[in-house]
Formats: sequence, structure tokens, C-alpha cells
Amino acid sequence: MAGTGKAHLRDADKAVLRIEDLVVEFPIARGKLKVHAVSGISLDILEGETLGLVGESGCGKSTTGRAIMQLPRPTSGSVVLEGQDLTKLPSDEVRAIRPKMQMIFQDPISSLNPRRKVVDIVAEPLLIWKKGTKEQIQARVREVLDTVGIDVDQAGTRRPHEFSGGQCQRICIARAVVMDPKVIICDEPVSALDVSVQAQILNLLEDMKHRYGLTLVFIAHDLAVVKNISDRVVVMYLGKMCEVGPPDDLYAEPAHPYTKALIESIPEPDPNVRPEASKVLEGDLPSPIAPPSGCRFRTRCAYAQDRCAAEEPQLRKVREGHFVACHFPLIPALD
Amino acid sequence: MTLLEVTDLKTHFKTDRGIVRAVDGVTFTLEEGHTLGVVGESGSGKSVLSRSIMGLLPKFNVIREGSVRFEGEELTAKTNKQLRKLWGTGMSMIFQDPMTSLNPVLKIGRQITEGLMLHFDFRKQQAMETAEELLRSVGIPEPARRLGEYPHQLSGGMRQRVVIAIALSCGPKLLFADEPTTALDVTVQAQILNLLAKQQSERRMAVVLVTHDLGVVAGRTDDIIVMYAGQAVEKASTTQLFANMRHPYTEALFKSIPKLSNPSHTHLDAIPGRPPNLITPPPGCRFAPRCPYAQQKCHDEMPPLITDPNDANHQYRCWFPVQVSAKPAHLVGVAAGH
Ligand SMILES: Nc1ncnc2c1ncn2[C@@H]1O[C@H](COP(=O)(O)OP(=O)(O)OP(=O)(O)O)[C@@H](O)[C@H]1O
Ligand SMILES: Nc1ncnc2c1ncn2[C@@H]1O[C@H](COP(=O)(O)OP(=O)(O)OP(=O)(O)O)[C@@H](O)[C@H]1O
Ligand code: SF4
Ligand SMILES: [Mg+2]
Ligand SMILES: [Mg+2]
Repeated sequence: MAGTGKAHLRDADKAVLRIEDLVVEFPIARGKLKVHAVSGISLDILEGETLGLVGESGCGKSTTGRAIMQLPRPTSGSVVLEGQDLTKLPSDEVRAIRPKMQMIFQDPISSLNPRRKVVDIVAEPLLIWKKGTKEQIQARVREVLDTVGIDVDQAGTRRPHEFSGGQCQRICIARAVVMDPKVIICDEPVSALDVSVQAQILNLLEDMKHRYGLTLVFIAHDLAVVKNISDRVVVMYLGKMCEVGPPDDLYAEPAHPYTKALIESIPEPDPNVRPEASKVLEGDLPSPIAPPSGCRFRTRCAYAQDRCAAEEPQLRKVREGHFVACHFPLIPALD
Repeated sequence: MTLLEVTDLKTHFKTDRGIVRAVDGVTFTLEEGHTLGVVGESGSGKSVLSRSIMGLLPKFNVIREGSVRFEGEELTAKTNKQLRKLWGTGMSMIFQDPMTSLNPVLKIGRQITEGLMLHFDFRKQQAMETAEELLRSVGIPEPARRLGEYPHQLSGGMRQRVVIAIALSCGPKLLFADEPTTALDVTVQAQILNLLAKQQSERRMAVVLVTHDLGVVAGRTDDIIVMYAGQAVEKASTTQLFANMRHPYTEALFKSIPKLSNPSHTHLDAIPGRPPNLITPPPGCRFAPRCPYAQQKCHDEMPPLITDPNDANHQYRCWFPVQVSAKPAHLVGVAAGH
């Protein structure tokens, strides 16, 4: 068995999206070397669920999100959306499925066409896919912009540069939602926003999810943000999964030493919690070109033994819905 | 002893669109060896405040008023040439993005030794030895080898360590750390903040820690200033501020951040709207358009800085400060010192 296992996957019929053994490699140095960006990830998302993908810079979160969209297609593995394996479909059929999956990015301003009016930006995908008459499209655009808090009569004819970052992110959300997608992949949608505006957008995403019955993949490096919005959290490290679980359980009792270190390094807004130097994770992230053998976290792990270098840990169950890929987990495995 | 005394400092920029009141009347003092946190959202004037104190402002179209006294000496009247003697030895600064403060085409060693040779007349050999020692002290493995490398050969965390080594090289009494960890991952952030704290206590250096993250300042500062639209809207010791938030903006900012201690899907109290533009800020309280407690008076008259009746060190700019008794129970507990 390659990768880090699939013990955590649920009934395939129930999943809206199911990814198995996803591998993404980027050849570099004229093909002599490769970046192991994502190395055998499996996950599934049930209808209406929000899956949080969290981890530090370079762990492969965006690459996973883009591979789900087939942008570019993964090196190997399967991506099954509502029973259809996108990796096996020819390009034109993948294109036809694209409206079902939308993406929202970190930098809202640069992801909008600066020369176009807000109403046209949101109407564009509907026009391309010929979703209704002109009147139907206008009405739909108005409705969706209204739900994200943009007044069409006041702001519909303005262009992106006349809006703040938070408002541009609202427009991006409207543009994604307008196509009535099954899944929205949000790649760091609030990382570039101010704290007070971040809360507005997180609340909006929750509202939109309930209103339109969306299934979300929410990518972020901020653990508190991910905990707040997710129903299930996946912690990634250097292209691998470390731990999967329901947020409250995973944060209260992390089973993977990396998850624990990550949680402990977050500064709490409470002066009574003094940061402890002893808890800090030392060292740097190893290179994804030549990742460590066995467990990829072993070079920085306080619990590492010989076995960690020799053998790759597989995901094992520690609690209901809570799985860890570690030979020496902080909660004993159930098997 | 008081190291830095800033009184009614204003820093305005003349632009085509009008005068940007980036810093608009900030007053505070900083004791030797102490740490002051400056918190606020993007555009609130945190960076301009630090630069204005150091005298690192553009040459033209700047209006600066008020007083900055460093070790008792007035700085606002000094020329750049006079200030240059102070940069590095008196006060120095580290910025958010280590790449902007490092020169990409110069080797690390050269960049560290420049200041040493300028301020202390060190010979090259002596400066290189000191640089190696500095790199070791900021936790860089194989410092001798790193001296011969370029910035792009280092990770983001390593680069920020180099920036810190440069800022500390001439033994400043005051260090401005402007979002020193915002561009870094959380685990690296923790490494860097611990490094700063260690260096600070070893050197008895004062630090102004600028950040938008209330979490970063909570456990690591003696006092905090909360900035909003160019003004210091609340100022207190760190324990007092968190226990007894009196300014509605401080309270709203605190409530709007997702906290790890809260269960998943906790509703966030977002602050409606966004900060005002600094060319034509609201005539009354600058937070009034977004404030849940605002009355007519708030829209008409700018509130002065009021000192808390129970704490001479606690000040806020608000006509209707948040009542302490209206606090959630767990914060009242903190206030009482439990
Ligand atoms: N097109 C590419 N060519 C080569 N390497 C790439 C490419 N895209 C991504 N990578 C590498 O793949 C790894 C994973 O990158 P990815 O962007 O997925 O990380 P991430 O978790 O999204 O990080 P961040 O939090 O910084 O956005 C990194 O080492 C990155 O440098
Ligand atoms: N040279 C300048 N000319 C005109 N306006 C300026 C200049 N420098 C800064 N400003 C303006 O002054 C205000 C305060 O900027 P400042 O950089 O101090 O904010 P900040 O609190 O540091 O924000 P951030 O968290 O984004 O770093 C902003 O509105 C900014 O656009
Ligand atoms: S002065 Fe008025 S508007 Fe300003 S913060 Fe206080 S209550 Fe709110
Ligand atoms: Mg990314
Ligand atoms: Mg700044």
C-alpha cells in the first residue's frame, strides 16, 4: 500500500468527492529532479460537509485543491466527483464538469478582471455556460450579489478597484456560487483580509453553505480559522496527511506530534497563557525534492525512533472519526 | 528609566487626493528594557508611527508635528546625518518581509559587517568574527558557511534571523519589530518570537512589537497600544487591557477573532463596515460609524483620551466606554486576578 492509508475513508456511495492515492510531482532541473508536492493523499467529503485542509507553507494544500480541479491533472491517483473519476475523463468532458466545482482564492482583487463591472463579472460564467435567458441571468446575478451583501443598484456597475479586499472577496464568492456548484474549493480565502473583515467573510461562507447546500474544501494555514469553519480537519505536512478528525476532538487531543506542535505554537489572545520556549518545534521544513524516508516529520519529531525512518506510518483509528499516521501516536491506536 | 517619550505625534502625507492623516496625535512613553505592543488593523498607522519615531520618512510631502524624545534628547529637530549615528546603536528596526530588508545581491556576511565597520571602526576580520558570533546567537547552524551565502539560499525563517542579527549588531537600546513574523509559518513565528524575547532579556533592550495579531502581543508585552485610523484608541498594561477592555473597538476586535478555545462553528462577531479613509475621517469618534454603542455625541465630537478612574495607566478615547460589569464572566474573573 502506497501513501498514508485510507482507513479514514467512509462509504464511497455517500461521498460527494472522494480522492484516493493522490500524487502530484513537478519535474524540475530539466526533469532530472522532482518536487514531491503531494505524495499519496486520500480524502472524502460528504454532502454539505466542510473539510478543512491545514498545514504550513509548502505542505501541498493548494496543489491538492488544484489537483481536485484537474488544474493540472495529478501525476496519479483518482478524483471521483459524484461517482465520476475525473482523472479518467478526456479534457472536454472535464471541462463540462467544471461548473460543478468552483474555486475561491487568497487574493480577491487580482482574481477579478479589473476592466469589468461587478454585474458582468458575476454574470460571465452563466453566459459562457448559457444558463438561461438574459432576464433570468440578470435576476440570478442580482439575487446572489444581494445574498453576499453587495447592492446591485448602488454598486453593480462599479469595477473591482473601487472595492475593498473584503468586498472583492464577496464578489468572488458570488461568482462561485452563481453557477450553483456542488463543491467550492476555498484556497486561503481570508488570509489576505483584516481580522474584522475576516470574520465577516467566514460568517458569509457559513451562510452561503446553508442557503445553497454547498460542500466546501477550506484551505488555510490558520488553525483557529480552520477549526471554526470545518466539520472535519485534515492536517498536512510535506505532502502527506498526519491526522484527520472532527475539529473539537482533534484540537482538544491531537494524536500526531506535529498537530500538537502546531497547536501549541499558536499565540493565544490571553496574557495568562505564557508562551513556552520548550514547546517550540525546532528546525526547518525539509526539502520536498528529497523528502525524509519513512515518516516525513521524523527529522523534527521529539518522539522519533529508528522505525520512523524505516517504515512509513499508515493512518490508524484512535477515536470515532479520528485517525493518525504515526508509529508512536499521542493517543493509542484502537487496532 | 524612561527611554522613549512620544508626545502628540502627528505624521501626515500630502497626496494628490488630499492630506492622509496616517498618525494623528499619539502619545506614550516606554521604559528601558520594556516591551510595548502596537496592535491594529491594516492601515491604522502602525508602521508610519514606528518610522516617524525613527525618522525614516520620505523627504518630501510629509508633515510631522509633536515631540519624540529618546534618552531625553529631542529627535524631531535632528538632521538625517545626526540621526544616522543613532540608527543601529540607539534604535534599529526589523520589517515584516525579510527580503525587503536584505540586499539580494550581497552576501550575508557583508550585510552584517557593514554596520559594525561603520559604527565601531572594526577591521574586516574582526567584523566577520563578530558577525559569525551574531549568527550563532540567533540560532543559525553553521554560521561560518552562511556568511558566504546569499539571502535566497536561506529559508524564510533563517532570513528573518539574519535580519534580527543585523538589527542587533550594534547593540541598540530600542528595537522596532514591525510585524516580524507575519510572513512566516506559526511554528517559525514561535521560534522567532522566542529568539527576540531571549535577545531582549540578555541585552536589556526595549522593544516595540508591531502586529495585527492580538495573540502575538498577549503573552509577550508589558503594555499595549491599540491603534485605529491613526489614533491610539486604548492604552494599558497588557494584563489590564485583556482583563478590562474599555474601548468598543478593542472589544470588537477581540470578539471578531476565531479562538482555538472556542468550539467549532462558534458564530463570530464580525465588525460591520470597514475603517474610514484617513483623508476625510469622521469628525467625531473615528470608530463611530461601526460602533454598536455610538450615540449622537460620538458622531459630532471627537472623544479625548480619558484616564480610567481606577487605573492611571489605562487610557481610552471613547465617550461611552464599555462597562466592566458588562464583560463575559470569564473576563471578569481575569480582572479580579483569579
Ligand atoms: N508549478 C510548480 N512547480 C514546481 N514546484 C511547485 C509548483 N507548484 C507548487 N510547487 C511546490 O510544491 C510544494 C507544495 O506547494 P503548495 O503551493 O501546494 O503548498 P501550500 O501548502 O499551498 O503552501 P502555502 O501555504 O504557501 O500556499 C511546494 O514545495 C511548492 O514549492
Ligand atoms: N508615503 C506615504 N504617502 C501617503 N500615504 C501613506 C504613506 N505611507 C503610508 N501611508 C498611508 O498611511 C496609512 C497608515 O499606513 P501604515 O503603513 O502605517 O499602516 P499599518 O498600520 O502599518 O498597516 P499594515 O498592517 O497594513 O502594515 C495608510 O492609509 C497608508 O496608505
Ligand atoms: S466614542 Fe462612541 S462611537 Fe466611539 S467607540 Fe466610544 S461609544 Fe463607540
Ligand atoms: Mg497555498
Ligand atoms: Mg505596517
